[in-house]
Amino acid sequence: MTQAREIHGTAALKAMFARAKSEERAAFLPYFPIGYPTYSDSLRTIAAMAEAGVDGFEIGIPFSDPIADGPTIQAATQIALENGTTVPQCLEAVRTLRGQGVSQPMLMMGYANPLVAYGTDRFVRDARKAGADGLIVPDLPPEEAAMFAGSCAREGMALVFMLAPTSDDRRIELVARQATGFIYVVSLTGITGARKELPAYLTEFIARLRRGASMPLAMGFGISTPEHARRVSQLTDGFIVGSALVRAGGESVEAARDLARSMVEAIVK
Amino acid sequence: MTEIYIDTGQTELPDARGYFGEFGGRFVPETIIPALDELESAYAEAIADPSFHAELSNLQRTYTGRPTPISYARRLSEALGGAQIYLKREDLAHTGAHKINNALGQGLLAKRMGKRRIIAETGAGQHGVGTATATALLGLDCHVYMGSVDIRRQQPNVFRMKLLGAEVIPVESGSRTLKDAINEAMRDWVTNVETTFYLLGSALGPHPYPKIVRDFQSVIGAEAREQFQEMTGCLPDACIACVGGGSNAIGMFHAFRDDSDTELIGVEAGGRGIESKEHAARFADLDISRPGILHGTRSYVMQDEDGQIMETHSLSAGLDYPSVGPEHAHLRQLERAYYTMATDEEALEAFQVLSKLEGIIPALESAHAVAEAIKRAPAMPRDSALLVNLSGRGDKDLDSVIALLPPSVPPKH
Repeated sequence: MTQAREIHGTAALKAMFARAKSEERAAFLPYFPIGYPTYSDSLRTIAAMAEAGVDGFEIGIPFSDPIADGPTIQAATQIALENGTTVPQCLEAVRTLRGQGVSQPMLMMGYANPLVAYGTDRFVRDARKAGADGLIVPDLPPEEAAMFAGSCAREGMALVFMLAPTSDDRRIELVARQATGFIYVVSLTGITGARKELPAYLTEFIARLRRGASMPLAMGFGISTPEHARRVSQLTDGFIVGSALVRAGGESVEAARDLARSMVEAIVK
Repeated sequence: MTEIYIDTGQTELPDARGYFGEFGGRFVPETIIPALDELESAYAEAIADPSFHAELSNLQRTYTGRPTPISYARRLSEALGGAQIYLKREDLAHTGAHKINNALGQGLLAKRMGKRRIIAETGAGQHGVGTATATALLGLDCHVYMGSVDIRRQQPNVFRMKLLGAEVIPVESGSRTLKDAINEAMRDWVTNVETTFYLLGSALGPHPYPKIVRDFQSVIGAEAREQFQEMTGCLPDACIACVGGGSNAIGMFHAFRDDSDTELIGVEAGGRGIESKEHAARFADLDISRPGILHGTRSYVMQDEDGQIMETHSLSAGLDYPSVGPEHAHLRQLERAYYTMATDEEALEAFQVLSKLEGIIPALESAHAVAEAIKRAPAMPRDSALLVNLSGRGDKDLDSVIALLPPSVPPKH
């Protein structure tokens, strides 16, 4: 049931946020790494979450030294590497998912070194060809992004940067000027990982970002439960759930799908 | 010897973005960018403040025991029959290694910034000990990340750190060595960035660390250059230093950077030999090492075809690291410095030779530099001179060496 996508890249993300906004909710983007717990299970998990009604995906490219990740994603990506997962396989995964009819926007998310090793221009071009819409590199602040910015602009791919609670107004302005697609808002000072509570300052934090940045804001780090999703959905334009879904995906495809579905249900009015 | 100083090289590299030519930069999560900005400006203020210099200089003199001497290695030089060998004795600095120079400098900076929680990574344990010492002296709170493999091979240093009041946190991820200790320290810093000072131990990591660490270590070369001239009336034909991350080497090289007749030689860990692929010779094995990004900086990185970081091997924990400080990558590209390597076996041999002939037990790291001097000296004229940075003492390595040299096999020489 291949379904041709009419729009790609930043335009696809724009449409995703517009649709969520029209439904008075935030867009929900799961993160899931390719190769965990196996290559085929990672694809099945992503396809099942697509069926469950999520709005888009961050497709994780494993790296040996993930300094922004907590134990869950560290362990999962380590297993993915032990399974022999490579950058070309991650691109192949996107192509396969598109072939299976997964039509939601997909962003490639990976640390800089494997992408540099692949070749930055080549990576952006091949990711676009495979059907990806954007790129998130957690260890690439805007100051270092020239190596990706040109090719992303040429290919119409979103190049997403992050803002954190530590970002001052100058950083907010810089990131808002250079980011395309959306800004990834790191909810807390810390690494990825499921958490029991969300920080209390989120409303104020988002308000501060809104004053300096007019593009969509998608929040990640620590969002773990349908209740978290409901709360964040009222604050932001989008949100990312990683570790909680990765942990569920380590149990079974169905567990990840069910958690994703319960989050979709929590945010749809 | 006149005033001990920090050579801040204001007009030189790195540039404003933290680059040494095409190497360096700042590849880190956004969360810690403001902390790096804060560190950069606090450091600029500190080095413009004479009272900071006075305080550091006073500690260097009255606490670390600087200046450390240069020893002429007469018996070693005679045995080799060529170049005269001189040793810059960083092993005589308090704590037994050059790491204290940087730990005290950054410790004072942390205190000045009002950050009382200090984190650090350590490989051989020397930087951990240096940091634990500085924090004990300055009354700061110290947490040291150390790979569990390194904890096993550097027990005496683990005990020292604990005795000095530091918490030693074992790291079980990845190869469980220095690389993984840095990963964990960075994760801690991302989490506790507002209260915590990351006291990074080598001339690597995101800008401004490579510059700060170089500046605090540049006292080695500044002293050595002056002392060597006083002793001999000239400059050495070459300076030799081991290179893991590269802080002792850059500290030695910096003062000699414009002395074009003095060759600068960095010695990497050749481990079990280049062919074995079990080594940490980032500049010697360009099949598996090429420019890449690790721990916030662009430099040479040992990696597989897919850009995954490779595990390294060295007998010496302090050299067992898959990347190298960005300024070394730059000096190599400029051909201002030359990089070579010594194998585990060569370092072990040098370790014994220096002990027997000079009564100095070197750190296994420093033994790599000694090994290069042993290789070079015989072919050089007797009126030439090699200055070796003896970056640390070998007491910490006795357990590993004892394990490698069973009593039934008597040490050579």
